[in-house]
Amino acid sequence: MIFTHLKRIIRTGFINFWRNGFLSFSAVVVITLSLSIFGALIYGSAFGRALIKEVKNKVDINVYFTLDAQETAILALKKNIEALPEVDKVEYVSEEQVLTSFRDKWKDNALIIQGLDEIGSNPFPAVLNIKAKEPSQYAGIASYLDSKTKIAESGSNIVDKVNYNQNKLVIDRLGRIIPTVEKAGSIITILFVIIAIIITFNTIRLVIFTSREEISVMKLVGASNYYIRGPFMISGVMYGIISGLLTLVILGAFAFYSDALLVKFAGVQSVNDFSMFAKVFSSYFIQNFGQIFAIILGSGIVLGGVSSYLAVKRYLRV
Amino acid sequence: MIYFDKVSKIYPDKSVALDQVSFTVEPNEFITVVGHSGAGKTTLMKMVIAEDRPSHGAVFFESANIHKLGKNQINKLRRRIGTIFQDYRLIGNKTSYENIAFAMEAAGRTDEEIKSDVPHVLELVDLGHKIWNFPHELSGGEKQRVAIARAIVTQPDIIIADEPTGNLDPINTSEIIKILQKIHKLGTTVILTTHDKEIVKEVGGRVITMEKGKIIRDDKHGKYVL
Repeated sequence: MIFTHLKRIIRTGFINFWRNGFLSFSAVVVITLSLSIFGALIYGSAFGRALIKEVKNKVDINVYFTLDAQETAILALKKNIEALPEVDKVEYVSEEQVLTSFRDKWKDNALIIQGLDEIGSNPFPAVLNIKAKEPSQYAGIASYLDSKTKIAESGSNIVDKVNYNQNKLVIDRLGRIIPTVEKAGSIITILFVIIAIIITFNTIRLVIFTSREEISVMKLVGASNYYIRGPFMISGVMYGIISGLLTLVILGAFAFYSDALLVKFAGVQSVNDFSMFAKVFSSYFIQNFGQIFAIILGSGIVLGGVSSYLAVKRYLRV
Repeated sequence: MIYFDKVSKIYPDKSVALDQVSFTVEPNEFITVVGHSGAGKTTLMKMVIAEDRPSHGAVFFESANIHKLGKNQINKLRRRIGTIFQDYRLIGNKTSYENIAFAMEAAGRTDEEIKSDVPHVLELVDLGHKIWNFPHELSGGEKQRVAIARAIVTQPDIIIADEPTGNLDPINTSEIIKILQKIHKLGTTVILTTHDKEIVKEVGGRVITMEKGKIIRDDKHGKYVL
C-alpha cells in the first residue's frame, strides 16, 4: 500500500505541475531569481577571495644584503626565517639573478643598459623576499629581522636594509581592511540568503494559496495529511530542480560572457598586471562545478520541498 | 447511529449558531432538515464531519464522541460519511474521473477497484459521457452529480447533503433528489438540508425544522411549516 501511495503521490505531483502551467512557470521564474542570488554570492565571494589573494601576493618584506655578504650566511638566515611559524614563503634571489632580471626588464632602454655596463661590476645586492601567511604578521617578522641585524652588528653585518618601514602603511591598512571586507561579505551573504528564502517561500505560499479550497475538500473526504501534502511537495521539488538547472545555465553563461567583458573593459594592460582576472569566473565555474551544482540544485530542492511542506500545513487544519 | 447531545455552538462574536440541539439519527433514515438560512443547518452538518467543534455538548457517531477523535480516526470517520455541498467543492484541476478516484485513493482502495468502480458510479448519476471533463466544463447540475458520485463511491454508511440543490434549477433539483432517494433505497442513511418546500413534499419522511439554532419541530412524516 505504501508503494501504491508513493506512486500516486508522485504521479499527482507531476500532473499538478503540468496542469498548473502558468503558476508553475511563475514559481520557477521566481525561484530561479532567488537561486541566482545564491550564484551571485558564490561568484562575489570567489572574486573577492581572488582579489584579496592577489593583493596579499603583492605585499612582502624584502631584505637587502650588503654586497660583500656571503651566500652561506644568507642561506643560513633564510633557514632561520623559514622556521618562524608566521612565515609562508622565503625566496632567495642571488645577485646574479637580480642583475639578469634587471637587464631583462630594461632591455629596450639602451641608456640604462649602457649605464649598467659602465659600472662594470654587479651593483645589485642579493635579496630575500619574505611572505607572511597574514598581512598582520609582517610586523613580527620585521622586528625579528631587526633583532637579528642588531646581533649581527657585533660581528660583520650582512643585512643592508629591510624595507618593512616603507611598506608599513600599506601592510597595516591591508591588515585592517581585509577582515572588515570579509566580515561585511559574510553579513551581506546571510542577508541575501534570508531574502532569497523569504521570496521563495512566499511564492510557493501564493501558489498553494490558490489550492486552499481543494486541500479542505481533500481533508473532508478523509484523505490523510501526508497524502494531501505529498503531491505539493513533489511539485515544489520539481520547481526547485528546474530552477536549479536554469540557474546553472545562467551562471555558466555569465561566467564566460563576463570574462570576455572584463578583459574588454579592463584593457589588455591591466589584464597583464592582474593576470588572475583573465578567466576568474569561467575557471572558477569549471573548477568548482561539482560544488556549485550541489549548492544550487540542493538549495532549489530543499527550498521548494520545505516551502511546500510549510505552506500546505496552514490549510490542513480542517 | 448519530446522536446530538445538547449541542451548542457560539461563535467568538457571540452569535449563537446552535442552541442546545439534541436528536438521534437512526440507521437507514432519510432526514430532511429545513429552516431559513442562518437557522444553523450548515453548522449542524459541519459537526457531523468534524469540520467544526461544538462549544458545549457532544456529537456521537455510533459510540464514539466525534470531537474527541484523533486525527487518523477523524480521517477514518470521514471516509464512512459521504458529503455533498451546495457549492459542489470539486477539485478544480482534476477531471470527473480523478475527483471520484481521489476519494477512493484516500480510502485506500486498489487501482483495480478504482478502475472498475469510477465509471460505474458515473453511469449511476448519468454522467458516463463526461468522465474526462474538468469541473469548469460541466454545468451546475453535472457538477453536483459528480459530487454525489464522489460521495457514494466509497459506499459510506451515511450521506450528508447540505443544500445540494441550492444553486440548481427545478429540473436538476428533482434529478438530484431522485438520485439521493435511490441511494437511500440501497440502504444508506441520508441527511439532507434544504429551504425548498417542494423538496420536502417530494421526499416525505422525517423532517426536522430549525429556527435560530434550535429544533422547533421534529415530524415523522414530511411537513414544511415555517
